[in-house]
Amino acid sequence: MEKDTNSTHNEFEKAEHKQEMQHQVISFVMMIIFTIAAFALVVSDISKYFTIPIILLLAVVQVVFQLYYFMHMKNKGHEMPALMIYGGLAVAFMTILTFTTIIWW
Amino acid sequence: MSTAVAQKKGFGAFMWDYLTTVDHKKIAHLYLVAGGLFFLLGGLEAMIIRIQLIKPDNEFISAGLYNEMITMHGTTMIFLAAMPLLFALMNAVVPLQIGARDVAFPFLNSLGFWLFFFGGVILNCSWFMGGAPDAGWTAYAPLSTTSPSHGVDFYVMGLQISGAGTLIGGINFLVTIVNMRAPGMSYMRMPLFTWTIFVTSTLILFAFPALTVGLFLMMFDRMFGSVFFDVAAGGNVIIWEHLFWIFGHPEVYILILPVFGVFSEVFATFSKKRLFGYSAMVFATVLIGFLGFMVWAHHMFTTGMGPVANSIFAVTTMAIAVPTGIKIFNWLFTMWGGAIRMTTAMLWSVAFIPTFTIGGMTGVMLAAAAADYQYHDTYFVVAHFHYVIVGGVVFGIFAALHYWWPKMFGKVLNEKLGKWAFWPFFIGFHLTFFIQHFLGLMGMPRRYWKFLDGQGLETGNLISTIGAFFMALGVIIFVWNIIYTHMKEPKASADPFDGRTLEWSIPSPPPFYNFKQTPLVRGLDALWIEKSEGKKAMTPAEPLGDIHMPYGSIIPFVMSLGLFIAGFGFIYQVDNPVWLSLVFIGMGITLGSMFVRSVKDDLGYHIHKEDLEKGDGQL
Repeated sequence: MEKDTNSTHNEFEKAEHKQEMQHQVISFVMMIIFTIAAFALVVSDISKYFTIPIILLLAVVQVVFQLYYFMHMKNKGHEMPALMIYGGLAVAFMTILTFTTIIWW
Repeated sequence: MSTAVAQKKGFGAFMWDYLTTVDHKKIAHLYLVAGGLFFLLGGLEAMIIRIQLIKPDNEFISAGLYNEMITMHGTTMIFLAAMPLLFALMNAVVPLQIGARDVAFPFLNSLGFWLFFFGGVILNCSWFMGGAPDAGWTAYAPLSTTSPSHGVDFYVMGLQISGAGTLIGGINFLVTIVNMRAPGMSYMRMPLFTWTIFVTSTLILFAFPALTVGLFLMMFDRMFGSVFFDVAAGGNVIIWEHLFWIFGHPEVYILILPVFGVFSEVFATFSKKRLFGYSAMVFATVLIGFLGFMVWAHHMFTTGMGPVANSIFAVTTMAIAVPTGIKIFNWLFTMWGGAIRMTTAMLWSVAFIPTFTIGGMTGVMLAAAAADYQYHDTYFVVAHFHYVIVGGVVFGIFAALHYWWPKMFGKVLNEKLGKWAFWPFFIGFHLTFFIQHFLGLMGMPRRYWKFLDGQGLETGNLISTIGAFFMALGVIIFVWNIIYTHMKEPKASADPFDGRTLEWSIPSPPPFYNFKQTPLVRGLDALWIEKSEGKKAMTPAEPLGDIHMPYGSIIPFVMSLGLFIAGFGFIYQVDNPVWLSLVFIGMGITLGSMFVRSVKDDLGYHIHKEDLEKGDGQL
């Protein structure tokens, strides 16, 4: 009986690892594609007013991939680090917003 | 082990014990002593300021020295007195309140203290080395960047080093509170003091980097020829103001939130009632922390930010009155119908409510941007922030010291002397600062060395100075109370005030491992729940077992000493590059001790189960 539960547990873990691996590979491939896309945008003759926001967007998505899939923030038990990261981002964002709107407007 | 036989030792061994300690209770003592000494120093500076202003056209001190006094009074009181005293309370209480045996990083805890201490010493060395900083505690550029003496350099290095210590301390408490709560203590079962420390630590984490950045820019402007704040070279002085206040405003909440926690504990204990509206209190604490980051520019209404920015910051500032009001009413309702005991701790707490409310009301007045043009840089502002900082933080620290003194030192502070200290301080405080509202409205500008005869400012200033002497008397009686208590009072019991939270479930002072067995927490006010069911002690959450303890270490002290030496090198290399040698020596010491710490395994030791059973904690 005990053996049985162990084996099902292992199978469950195996399936989970497989899923995890799949996520990692997909996000890795996506990141490579994004990087190539970013370089391609710069090399091609597209207006920089289009290129810059798109590159920034791609960068943000890559950071999200990095944090959530490679650094496991999507897994349980990461609520507090997430809260701190977003809190810090909010403060940094406020600072930059102030500097660009009040000081250097 | 080494720390266990702390009794009956020579002075050298006693000193060595404290220099190397990583025990949060001893670090609390260190913070308390250092912060207390700086508090007395800052108080002395305040007395000199008030004596200078006792009569019109006074010549007690020179104008330059006056500028140094006001700068050092502000800087010392905020960074070297209030902050460490609060850190003393955090260290003494938080691990006990959450049922932990120490903080998450005991080594870093020690490092945080020594960094703060050496930073404070650097700052005060300036008095003997060519003049203290004289650009105000806010050190606005270009006044600070063009100040000719080395004073502001000492300000920059001192605050940079002690700021690093504070940041380390804040992160330490965040990790401790998130990870080391006893079994059963969910977030909504944490005592309110722990909650406020949690939010405070978050504020430290987010606010101090702004100060660090600002100080680095200032350091490079003053020492290495950069021009961040030099308008002639395309810099911008307003950047410093923003960076300073992006840090500085959360800083005042860093100061006030812990004492909000203190009052919540004191009111609940001495009213023998559960804190009224616990969840609303938690919500208000978090909201104050959150809003605290969106109000900084209200210090700068008159810099010409324009009506839109002024209005936004006026509204967010006024919004803070809402959660603060929630707290005030909750404290009142906690007392309502309670079995109130007017102990000294309670006296300070009750006195806090009207005092802080006055400070909050003038705060809302100042928040009205249009009206602020009238109040700005007058004694009205001085009165306002002393009402919230003295009437809030200092009253809170006194309440906390009376409340937790038995837990920190094993003796209850003498109640009679406590009340004798309270009344002169309380009366003196209102004499000193209430009249300053009116001095400000009459147009007396802050930070001025002199006022002149015949402008109607004489009586007010005289009363203010007399009040300051009353406050000094109160502080002297408090210090006497400490000495008296330690000579005459008997040893305190584990729970002298009929407390509600976990720290009262263990002896006073606690054994160095705090809890023999980690307690099981079954709700808010964990100890009170057990008491109300007729139990004498907490239910343990684990069987008696070996306890893992960290070894003490001198490395934090040496590491900070290195930065202290390097600090002088940085300050004086402007005059002569030879001083750079101090930078290399100091940084060498610091980096060397970091290296030693990294490669040398320090795995700690175990207190064995048999010893715990045998000695009953008296190893």
